[in-house]
Amino acid sequence: MAAKTVLNYLPRRSVVHDLTGTTKLAFFLLFTFAGMLTYDTRVLLGLLLVSLLAFRASRIRVREVRFMLVFMLVFLLMNNFFVFLFNPNQGTEIYGTRHVLLNLPGRFAVTAEELFYLLNITLKYFIALPVAILFISATDPSEFAASLNSIGVSYRVGYSVAIALRYIPDIQRDYHSISQAQQARGVELGKKEPLFTRLKNAAGILLPLILSSLARIDVISNAMELRGFGKNKKRTWYRQRPFARNDYLALVLGALLLALSIVITFYDGNRFYNPFI
Amino acid sequence: MTTPIISFKNFSFQYRAQKRPTLLDINLDILPGERVLIAGPSGSGKSTLGSCINGLIPFSFPGEVTGELTVDGVDAPRAGIFELSAHVGTVLQDPDGQFIGLTVGEDIAFALENACAPQEQMKETVARVAGLVDIESHLESAPHELSGGQKQRVSLAGVMVDQVKVLLFDEPLANLDPAAGRQAIELIDEIQRKTDTTVIIIEHRLEDVLWRSVDRIVLMSEGRIAADMRPDELLSTGLLQAHGIREPLYLTALRYAGVEIAPALRPAGIGTLTLGEAEKEKARAWFQAAPDRAEEAPKPPLLEVKHLSFGYAPEQRTLRDVSFSIGRGEMVAIVGRNGAGKSTLSKLICGFETPESGTMIFDGEDMAGLSIRERASRIGYVMQNPNQMISKTMIYDEVALGIRRRGYTEEQIRERVEQTLRICGLYPFRNWPISALSFGQKKRVTIASVLVMGPQMIILDEPTAGQDFRHYTEIMEFLRGLNAQGVTVVMITHDMHLMLEYTPRALVFSGGTLIADRSAAQVLCDGELVRRAALKETSLFALANRCGVGEPVAFVERFIDADREVRAHGG
Amino acid sequence: MKKNSIKTVVAVGIGAALFFVLGRFVNIPSGIPNTNISVQYAVLGMLASMYGPVAGALIGFIGHTLIDLSWGGAPWWSWVLASTAVGAAVGFLGRKLPISEGVFGKKEIISFAVINVIANAVAWLVIAPVLDIAIYAEPAAKVFAQGAMAAVANSVTAVVIGALLCAAYSKTIAGKGSLDAE
Repeated sequence: MAAKTVLNYLPRRSVVHDLTGTTKLAFFLLFTFAGMLTYDTRVLLGLLLVSLLAFRASRIRVREVRFMLVFMLVFLLMNNFFVFLFNPNQGTEIYGTRHVLLNLPGRFAVTAEELFYLLNITLKYFIALPVAILFISATDPSEFAASLNSIGVSYRVGYSVAIALRYIPDIQRDYHSISQAQQARGVELGKKEPLFTRLKNAAGILLPLILSSLARIDVISNAMELRGFGKNKKRTWYRQRPFARNDYLALVLGALLLALSIVITFYDGNRFYNPFI
Repeated sequence: MTTPIISFKNFSFQYRAQKRPTLLDINLDILPGERVLIAGPSGSGKSTLGSCINGLIPFSFPGEVTGELTVDGVDAPRAGIFELSAHVGTVLQDPDGQFIGLTVGEDIAFALENACAPQEQMKETVARVAGLVDIESHLESAPHELSGGQKQRVSLAGVMVDQVKVLLFDEPLANLDPAAGRQAIELIDEIQRKTDTTVIIIEHRLEDVLWRSVDRIVLMSEGRIAADMRPDELLSTGLLQAHGIREPLYLTALRYAGVEIAPALRPAGIGTLTLGEAEKEKARAWFQAAPDRAEEAPKPPLLEVKHLSFGYAPEQRTLRDVSFSIGRGEMVAIVGRNGAGKSTLSKLICGFETPESGTMIFDGEDMAGLSIRERASRIGYVMQNPNQMISKTMIYDEVALGIRRRGYTEEQIRERVEQTLRICGLYPFRNWPISALSFGQKKRVTIASVLVMGPQMIILDEPTAGQDFRHYTEIMEFLRGLNAQGVTVVMITHDMHLMLEYTPRALVFSGGTLIADRSAAQVLCDGELVRRAALKETSLFALANRCGVGEPVAFVERFIDADREVRAHGG
Repeated sequence: MKKNSIKTVVAVGIGAALFFVLGRFVNIPSGIPNTNISVQYAVLGMLASMYGPVAGALIGFIGHTLIDLSWGGAPWWSWVLASTAVGAAVGFLGRKLPISEGVFGKKEIISFAVINVIANAVAWLVIAPVLDIAIYAEPAAKVFAQGAMAAVANSVTAVVIGALLCAAYSKTIAGKGSLDAE
């Protein structure tokens, strides 16, 4: 797996791709925080609209990210199921009313409040999905480190992220060859083994991986020091792009969205929009 | 008189964790613009010497320095790595460790970024330097889209963005195939001519470095300088062999033929070598005097591969319709450039991957239905890097691992493990922790850990990569011994000496197909095969032509036989 | 000091890459349906003890964020922060463990185990569920049940595999002293 596909980067020409990595990172963070704070259905629907429009502007086709969509849908369904299973009355507790739609045995009656609550959870997660896909599929991983640095993260931490992206494919390849050689010697991680054996076997496969990774840390840090990493308090970035008009617009939009969603959500002192009263 | 750019005066160094100094009383001057080869077996201190020049010693590897070392006017042991890096550019041995950027362009720019260079200037410099090392068409490529040779070019470009006066190469050939190694040496030569930098190459593969001329060879041995001479002089002495360095093959052949090597013959390169009629006649006579080669009877097949095809992605065939057979008790080399399908082939044989089509018959039995484990008790697979195979801390446990889950009693396991350890010469160390072993011994442990499962065949991936002559000989003689006991040995390799000296037969892969199946001597004398398999023509071929021997392949075979004779009798 | 800081930068990068690869591609069934053993917490425990709280926190944060992003969603921040907390807590409490000096005996194993259990308990029984409630308003019963499962599973993984790894690693460093062939 190539580094570019660790996070499924899909290069092409579009308004979204043309934004700098910094803008996309900042927008992504502002947007997800807006989504996290609010539980107001109207705000959630508004954010969803923005999210979908942005996705359209990126010219990324749905089938290119189908795998991610399917994974998230399955995850959401399971999560909703467990939320219902553990407390079918969460909706009633939040909205204060109870309209039974379907009478099931025990406490498992399906209420309109519960369904509305589940719809909100789903929305809350769903609005972040297109923006998240955009962030990872329309941002060149080479820009990550510079972007983090320019929103105020120390360049050392930014570079740690770059190193992680750089060496993920190498470590993955090492892991595969190590575990194949171990399998040949009867070291299995499957269900046939008792749990403790499985853990022990995992340690047996991990040990060579960890030892070679620790050795790698030494080599890389020597190589970086020989080329002057950490010499100055700042550093410049080969792949950083200058801000353009659209970058400022996107940032203003992100900040506005966050502000609006806070205002609308907490205007009436309640985080939830309640259609039942 | 010119002032030396690097000057060691009564210089010694001792690592903090070691009892004895690694470098002892070094006195060495290197002049600006010189090309110096620092040779020596592993453990001789040659890499330590390099680390003193670039400042890794004493700043990254702490220890005690005595004496003086000046590098381009800088007091090296007290200056710091950052200051020295403006004077010395280092290309490290491990191309993946040094390639830090996500793409070629970023990696070349790395030092400039750290120096806070403005972006315009970075783009300019990167373009210029990438052009110098001929990598400018790959600026957007990620490291794993590049070959080992290309990664090394990137590393070189990355240190050349600073106007360094000294270029230091630490074992530049260790991770390259022969063809890429040759190109690396040509590139270093070209850069040196263009920029007039001082070049220091640390390497034990002498013949490969001498593909282009160097001014001096410094021979290291046990922390001291054993010789410091012009190549023509050094090669005329017996010092190299005495210190465990392999001399160029053409010289060994000439010695066998009774030719006295002297500086006047210009022995430093096969290109410069000047032979008189007398010497040529000696070589021809030696060739004519060859005893008849005993024809070996064909061996009954052990592994038969028929029409094997495989691809990781639907449109990409990694292997296409591969068929061959390996006889019981054979010793075979599989060669070809990286990506030719050699590793994939071994994965298919071991069952790590499933072929799309084709059959594999082992000892008369179709392997299609066999699991990875079942195959492992027939065919053992030994990875290139022993550190990636070893998962226990004690030798005994490591070797026993493969038969733990077979329902043997502890007593039976002990018996089998100890017997295997005896075969591998590890019995005296059976209660040692593995961390106390040398690299070569670890390699043996991994071989023991697959042998214990009782395979009739073992497949080794690059068994001699990165080994100096002594360790190479140790490992290969051990494998030859195993082979003599009936184990069929298959080796994936780039090592041309290994092919010539140990494997009578070579399978050559290119682009996923088997393009040749013949003797190593034939392969290495065939220019077309050599090119497609990323090998290098053996210098014996050139020597045979130079001496007017009509049949170069037979000449190479003559050499192999003679060499085996010498080795068998302790030379 | 400067040297250490470069090494920490690299250790964070490589540690996060390990965390990512193990968390994303290695599936070891735990015996409970649909739940896997998360071996990455063993590695996190080990690296945090070796490189300290800041490195530990960053490895957990970067590694977990990358895993979530690679699945295609926005990171589930409450759990990302819990991973961060594990790294920080193990790094802080275990910073004096002499693993890199080659010492990892019975006493160290016990401290390592206790430290990892505390860190995982705080992260999964307190931080993750409380944030889940605050951010997503999920039912308390659900998030505490999930947290309890994660706390147990990750503690066991970190203690068993993590201690095996630390012990093996420290042995490779330990003095090569007086060994005789027999």
